[in-house]
Amino acid sequence: MCGICGCGSPEQKQSHKYVFKREHHHHHDELDTGRLIQLEQDLLSKNNTYATQNREYFKQHNIFVLNLVSSPGAGKTTLLVETIKALNGQFPIAVIEGDQQTEHDADRIRATGTPALQINTGRACHLEALGIGQALIELGVKDNSLLAIENVGNLVCPSSFDLGEAHKVVVLSVTEGDDKPLKYPDMFHAADLMLINKTDLLPYVDFDVERCIGYAKQVNPEIKIISLSATKGDNFSAWTDWLSEQIRSLS
Amino acid sequence: MHELSLLENVREILEDHAQSQEFSKVSRVTLEIGKLSCIEPDALRFGFDVVMKGSLVEGAELMITELNGLGRCQQCGQNTVMDALYDPCSHCGRPLTVVQGMEMKIKDLVVI
Repeated sequence: MCGICGCGSPEQKQSHKYVFKREHHHHHDELDTGRLIQLEQDLLSKNNTYATQNREYFKQHNIFVLNLVSSPGAGKTTLLVETIKALNGQFPIAVIEGDQQTEHDADRIRATGTPALQINTGRACHLEALGIGQALIELGVKDNSLLAIENVGNLVCPSSFDLGEAHKVVVLSVTEGDDKPLKYPDMFHAADLMLINKTDLLPYVDFDVERCIGYAKQVNPEIKIISLSATKGDNFSAWTDWLSEQIRSLS
Repeated sequence: MHELSLLENVREILEDHAQSQEFSKVSRVTLEIGKLSCIEPDALRFGFDVVMKGSLVEGAELMITELNGLGRCQQCGQNTVMDALYDPCSHCGRPLTVVQGMEMKIKDLVVI
């Protein structure tokens, strides 16, 4: 019997349902005792429970929610600022901003007169559903509105964390390279809509739009794609039309 | 590195079960991770001891079972082993729907 934790004693063997042999974490290798519990539980089950609660809330209050994801610098905040301007008060909008540090992005949204809440994730590289639930209360998101959640700039981690959104929208700018969908397939697999942004810069970069679309469809045959320039407004109405249609179909 | 967040989730789940299933220490955790999930098993192993420190999982052995990716062809209905989410059907080259490989589960525990 182990003098430190008591494992291997006759009493313990009888009191436990399961006995197995393994490398012991003390100095000797003895029969260890323990009870086996079959769990079969998703690692993300806690987050998924909060996400389901958020989704229920959004449904009850008729809130259309987008989770915007991209690498840093793809233009998510500019896209939101220009979207708010283009929609011009057709329906209430609120924004949740996720960044590791600073209030900069929320300040840019507030400058348009739109309520925004900044979540600083600190060392975490993504937003989680619990934080969104808390932010909803703090922000006072109105019924029959659009809630845009701008996730932390990161093409890997946010793909796993459901926030309760209606759609994950991945933004890819043409300065990043057209093979991003293959390099970061998880995100493009999880998203429903891809926005190819900064198309006004196409003459200056080696980015093949058709090749990029091909790669994205290879990872996710169902993905919808809109190419646009948020700063210059090229094809921007395709995006705002899609948004308006989605929100109208809710009510 | 979202593996740290995921490990924090594991710790919280086990702490919840400790009350309902009446155990005071976990001596082994087995995770089942699909090869198409965006989890790197080595990163889990790297962070495990740090995240579990001071909890009832401290000192527990971590076992990771990896599950192969598997996709079913939307066109010909046959299955193909997938190494990446963009792998096409090995029979007809069409896109695949993932049927296995996205798992990230706590499979079982040994508790004291």
